[in-house]
Amino acid sequence: MATIYQDRVITAPVATPENQPFYDAAARGELLIKRCLACGEHHYHPRAICPHCFSDQTEWVVAQGVGTIYTVSVSRRVLPTAYAIAYVTLAEGVSMMTNIVDCDLDALAIGQAVRVVFKPSEGGPPVPMFTPV
Amino acid sequence: MSLKRQACIVGIYEHPTRKAPDKTIAQLHAEVAHGALADAGLSFRDIDGYACAGDAPGLGPLAMIDYMNLRVRHMDSTDTGGSSYLIHVMHAAEAIATGKADIVLVTLAGRPRSEGSSGTVPRNFGANAPDVPFELPYHAVTLNQYAMAAKRHMYEYGTTAEQLAWVKVAASHHAQHNPHAMLREVVTVEDVVNSPMMSDPLHRLDCCVVSDGGGAVILARPEIARSLNKPVINLLGAGSAIKGLNGGDIDLTYTAARFSGPSAFAEAGVTPADIQYASIYDSFTITVIMQLEDLGFCKKGEGGKFVADGNLISGVGKLPFNTDGGGLCNNHPANRGGMTKIIEAVRQLRGEAHPRVQVPNCGLALAHGTGGVISSRHGSATLIMERA
Ligand SMILES: [Zn+2]
Repeated sequence: MATIYQDRVITAPVATPENQPFYDAAARGELLIKRCLACGEHHYHPRAICPHCFSDQTEWVVAQGVGTIYTVSVSRRVLPTAYAIAYVTLAEGVSMMTNIVDCDLDALAIGQAVRVVFKPSEGGPPVPMFTPV
Repeated sequence: MSLKRQACIVGIYEHPTRKAPDKTIAQLHAEVAHGALADAGLSFRDIDGYACAGDAPGLGPLAMIDYMNLRVRHMDSTDTGGSSYLIHVMHAAEAIATGKADIVLVTLAGRPRSEGSSGTVPRNFGANAPDVPFELPYHAVTLNQYAMAAKRHMYEYGTTAEQLAWVKVAASHHAQHNPHAMLREVVTVEDVVNSPMMSDPLHRLDCCVVSDGGGAVILARPEIARSLNKPVINLLGAGSAIKGLNGGDIDLTYTAARFSGPSAFAEAGVTPADIQYASIYDSFTITVIMQLEDLGFCKKGEGGKFVADGNLISGVGKLPFNTDGGGLCNNHPANRGGMTKIIEAVRQLRGEAHPRVQVPNCGLALAHGTGGVISSRHGSATLIMERA
């Protein structure tokens, strides 16, 4: 059995003053995460104040855009087309919710290596998704 | 100070409706309040505390207290999704123990079935919820977020689809005796694993029902409880916790029950082995397995083995659970199952459960709720109760 990925309409994320740089970068094809200057830890989703040590000294960094699937589920009876929702653990150590795209959804597995791709949203910025390498 | 035996549950009511397009949500709240007062043998003028969560209309307590014309000095609108009502009970007991209230009413009601709301619709709390822009584009719904937790649990511990199915099988064995249950047909492991795949590894029969309705509980000071005509049910211990995504350093293999459970057990001075009946939140089959582990009924990762072979079936297994059929078969009003968890635990302690599922001489029971979403952010609450 194979379930080949099909494009779907993606609800646009609403940019806020706190996350605007993330979506500006997405438009350039870059995945931004945040790093804390006080404790050195990365975090996701990006915040003004570090969720690990509560320092307000956080900076944007460009992630390598590669990682592995932490968990994945193919939803078949939610939308007209099947889609794969997942958490991907980035090389930097943080995990992010995402979709896995441009592949056979039935072949996806935990631990699989993936890289970021950007998919257009409906009337908003592109959103980071991942595809098997 | 401890809450142990400082407050009693004196009234319970589960609305018999499962579909109520012709009633308002406020009306359903008032109807379950009416029912719980009748059960307790109290008047609405006796109430001096009230709690509700986000299922109530308007600003919750403001809308409902005015609508029912209550006169209260304790009010609580804590909202942690389906676990809210167990937290309301804990807060009500705190208010009673400190003299801030004598009799507290907690209500839940909603009409998701009539309104077409379910676990396959994204929860959009608006752009001001900081997580929403990072989850809504991926079409995260309740169903597939629980599925992701189940998938990881299987990966780490070897939990199987058949083990998940045993949770539904047990619930169905209980629901067959409940005339109000939405799904009364007894199902087998094969029925569950052969039902349509919704979001792997969860099949349709791994999911709870969507129902209209509601429920209410009333707490009172022990002296008041002893003056009423029902068995006295003491609250022995309570605990609550919230778990999130930890800044992206995630572990989806456990729930906040890991924190709320020990807190409740310590206060009650009992252990999981002492519990004779457990109401365990059952939005999905995986929810039950993870909570049983986190509450200490078995070791982490052994929940699948624990639930297999009918171990949750009353009269068959070691830990009778959700003897009303639970959210998986009976009722999941407002898509929030915490209230019915309390109600069935009290029925068991009173000896009022259906005779075919009643635990003999049930003296110690646990009710546990999980609200929100297990693989992003959720609240947990645990109550331990005894028959005096
Ligand atoms: Zn930091």
